[in-house]
Amino acid sequence: MDIPLDWIRALQGGALIGLSASLLLGLNGRVMGISGIVGGLLAPSAGDVAWRALFIAGLVGGGLVALALMPGAFSAGSASLGLVLLAGLLVGVGTRIGNGCTSGHGVCGISRFSPRSVAATLTFIGTGALTVLLTGGGAR
Amino acid sequence: MTPRARERAQGVVALLSGVLFGLGLAVAGMTRAEKVIGFLNFFRGWDPSLMFVMGGAIAVHALAWRLLQGRPSPLLSARFLVPTRRDLDVRLLLGAAIFGVGWGLGGFCPGPGIASLPTAAPTAIVFVLAMLAGSYATARLDPLVTRALKRS
Repeated sequence: MDIPLDWIRALQGGALIGLSASLLLGLNGRVMGISGIVGGLLAPSAGDVAWRALFIAGLVGGGLVALALMPGAFSAGSASLGLVLLAGLLVGVGTRIGNGCTSGHGVCGISRFSPRSVAATLTFIGTGALTVLLTGGGAR
Repeated sequence: MTPRARERAQGVVALLSGVLFGLGLAVAGMTRAEKVIGFLNFFRGWDPSLMFVMGGAIAVHALAWRLLQGRPSPLLSARFLVPTRRDLDVRLLLGAAIFGVGWGLGGFCPGPGIASLPTAAPTAIVFVLAMLAGSYATARLDPLVTRALKRS
């Protein structure tokens, strides 16, 4: 049986994501939730800024390395700028109210068998799928 | 290790973790908005590959968490700062629901949005700025709303 290359890449990328979350938790004791890491930078408290800024710098740096090595790995989709603006606002508001996003709930929380994260993940995949359904699979 | 050296080591770990995360997202296909939308498109030509991203990440991280739980503390800090609440509440589900709508509209969640900034695509930049604004405004307004509700 041929396993699609996309699935293998997805597993490999996923393993890298799991590894990065494990480093941050095992060494620094922190949850690798991106909305939470960014949220802490928007309301900075003393002694809690440097690691967050360095993580985000690393994330941008990792994106830069990836862009150099595999430019085809990036594409911005077909949504208009106005729609992306709305999407960003909703993502910012929702992750702040719900205390997490795909990484914090979907990867880190589920890995710790947190019922809250399981419920949140099912919810955002559900409303995400519903949104794609209603906008016809790729909003413009 | 002196506190200063420990703080420096924590910074290096955070930087390295960020780099690995960014690379992982790109390898996995999470930085292609239409691929994410294809995953959320359960009803027409569903692309299941992003399920394997979560599967791979959870497999590695759940194993790590299992091993870490036998230790009293992380290597470089005093304790594990992980959420311990297990109850569900309206806030959690409402927030997750709103986030999902934004995710489905643009095909970006926070990590891939930030990792896509080096492409200088206007879509990525607008997404990240709007996300920061939404998060900031919610954090500022939240205490006011909570207080108003308590008073009423």
